[in-house]
Amino acid sequence: MVAGTDVAASVERPPRSTVGPIGWMRANLFSSWGNALLTVIGLFIAYKAVAGIVSWGIVSATFSGTDGSACTREGAGACWPYVTAKFAQFMYGRFPEPERWRVDLVYVLALAGLVPIMIPRVPGKLWNALYVFGIFPVIAFFLLTGGVLGLAPVDTALWGGLLVTLVVATVGITASFPLGILLALGRRSKMPVVRWVSVGFIEFVRGVPLITVLFMASVMLPLFLPPGVTFDKLLRALIGVALFAAAYLAEVIRGGLQAIPRGQFEAADALGLSYPKKMALIILPQALKLVVPGIVNTFIGLFKDTSLVLIIGLFDLLGIVQLNNADSKWFSPTTAMTGYVFAGLVFWMFCFGMSRYSQMIERRLARGDRR
Amino acid sequence: MAVVTTERGPPVRTASQAAFFYRPEVRQAIYQIVTVVALVALFYILVTNTAANLRRQNIASGFGFIDRTAGFDVSQHLIAYDNTMTYGRAFLVGLLNTLLVAALGIAFATAVGFLVGISRLSRNWLVARLATVYVEVIRNVPLLLQLFFWYFAVLKSLPVPRQSYALPAGGFLNVRGLYLPAPVPEAGFEMVALAVLIGIVASLVLRVVANRRQMLTGQRLPVLWLSLALIVVVPLGLFIVLGKPLSFDYPELKGFNFQGGMVLQPEFTALLLGLSIYTASFIAEIVRAGIQGVPKGQKEAALAIGLSNGQTLRLVVIPQAMRIIIPPLTSQYLNLIKNSSLAVAIGYPDLVSVWSGTVLNQTGQAVEVILVTMCVFLSISLVTSGFMNWFNKHMALVER
Repeated sequence: MVAGTDVAASVERPPRSTVGPIGWMRANLFSSWGNALLTVIGLFIAYKAVAGIVSWGIVSATFSGTDGSACTREGAGACWPYVTAKFAQFMYGRFPEPERWRVDLVYVLALAGLVPIMIPRVPGKLWNALYVFGIFPVIAFFLLTGGVLGLAPVDTALWGGLLVTLVVATVGITASFPLGILLALGRRSKMPVVRWVSVGFIEFVRGVPLITVLFMASVMLPLFLPPGVTFDKLLRALIGVALFAAAYLAEVIRGGLQAIPRGQFEAADALGLSYPKKMALIILPQALKLVVPGIVNTFIGLFKDTSLVLIIGLFDLLGIVQLNNADSKWFSPTTAMTGYVFAGLVFWMFCFGMSRYSQMIERRLARGDRR
Repeated sequence: MAVVTTERGPPVRTASQAAFFYRPEVRQAIYQIVTVVALVALFYILVTNTAANLRRQNIASGFGFIDRTAGFDVSQHLIAYDNTMTYGRAFLVGLLNTLLVAALGIAFATAVGFLVGISRLSRNWLVARLATVYVEVIRNVPLLLQLFFWYFAVLKSLPVPRQSYALPAGGFLNVRGLYLPAPVPEAGFEMVALAVLIGIVASLVLRVVANRRQMLTGQRLPVLWLSLALIVVVPLGLFIVLGKPLSFDYPELKGFNFQGGMVLQPEFTALLLGLSIYTASFIAEIVRAGIQGVPKGQKEAALAIGLSNGQTLRLVVIPQAMRIIIPPLTSQYLNLIKNSSLAVAIGYPDLVSVWSGTVLNQTGQAVEVILVTMCVFLSISLVTSGFMNWFNKHMALVER
């Protein structure tokens, strides 16, 4: 095949300027004058941002020290020893030090339930769900509040930091989910009274800021109760957050319910299924699957909104950072900035993680429809 | 259960004998009655409890306190206010401050959001990446944290007035706020303002005329350029002819602080920055989804019938994208308005901070104060969504 190799040898390769990294750059960065200008501006912004972050967070940052004076100098960057010194506070708040293993244990137990339930391949989802939604909350409740089996009772006023953020978020999510489903079904109900009550609740809560709901829970709830009955402050915030999230969730789920073809409802009726069975076995599994992104978005919003509880005097992660920023021992020009950046990173990891996970689930659920 | 057993075959249940409680309409009626009774009972318990608690704590009820003297100062007021005025006046001051920051926030967030959203779809790899980073960082961090960041970490650690940063055009930035030259209109300036107004009306008329002409003859007038001339060039010419009847009051350092000019307080600046930047990241995603939601064929068809790139965007892509964008954009605007209540955390005197904060603390009338706050936000939400629904109807493509 002498002739063949000759032909192959004479085939010209594409010009170097259209392939490889140079070709890529020409196509994606410098395809026109305007584009090149944009690239230069973009490069400038990117350089400024990266250089600023590296300089503040690493180059001119302080890494060791025992108080704020270590970070007090001209052009000082992040004050990392502040975060290291206060790390336990940021995580547990004023939870008594000898009892902090209980919080850690709750985290471990939570992870033991959540990790397998989040990986689609792991079998035994039913038992897993039973553990996560039935057994774990009870154990976590007694571990955190104490008072049984020789565990010292810990007042919720001592809870703080990431612990409060996670408690408010998880309780809010788990309590708002069934409530949101009920409200969504109520809004779609044929019974006018039920429908109007649901619509009224949903629209009212969605029309007001979370802050007013929290104010209502913290200032007005004690007035609503008979004299002598007092509510835990944390519990009041939880009620407010859960009711708030339920209204938003109800609207998301309603979108899913509306997207289910009528034939599905009629087929379920024709089979003689009762209303609860029709909903639980036929309609909701399909409707919820359709609105997974919306549900996760609501949860991310709820997780970020937990920071608002600091306004009614609870110390969640942001609240405890805010409190410690005012610590005179760690006073320095960059203490506050460092604290906020740390809190921001923690919040960001949780929220970004949730949104990435939901995208993964979305793709997985869509696989069945694609084919 | 009423069941008739016949000699042959399985038991047969006849309609007339079917248990009364198993009829759907009876059941629905019962459920609804139960709901109503439960709600009324709950309401009754709440009201009696509240009344008893208020009596016990000696808290007055009713709105009599509105006419009493407030006795506290508000750092930013758009209408005349001092501490001898009433709680009702303080309420108005707070409401106006909320509306101010919400309106400006909506304008900025929309501008930045559209810019970032379009950048995310840019063919320029770097620009698209930068926009993505912006969106992913900003929308995954709580707004309250961002407000704290801007207020406590950035604006509150600026230098004292004596060491202010000097900005171009006579502005100054320091820990007390952003000082800008204040425009002072002089005699004759109202003529220029009038010219601008006439220019706007004239260009609206011009647009109608041009459309009619295009329908009849197919010829297009250069509407954009003519309008620009009417609104900008003519008033500008008049401005110069009249001898520039506008001067600026520049802020000057006198003693320990600046005098003159106008000042944006750090609370206001931080809230406006935080709200705009945060909401812009959500608007960017909405804009991106809207533009991506327009089928590719639409753009290709527009180019194929000979429209220019700009015309394709303006006449074909954007109108269709807006149909997708407006409903979620509305809810973002509503979110921004509601989020402006976070002002209370950084001390900007908005409605929640002045009314549900200071007034509530002074009067102790939690029920009235919080109900009023909620009603105000409900009405703002209703008005905004009403306007956006009207706008949406106007934008929607007319379909057969």
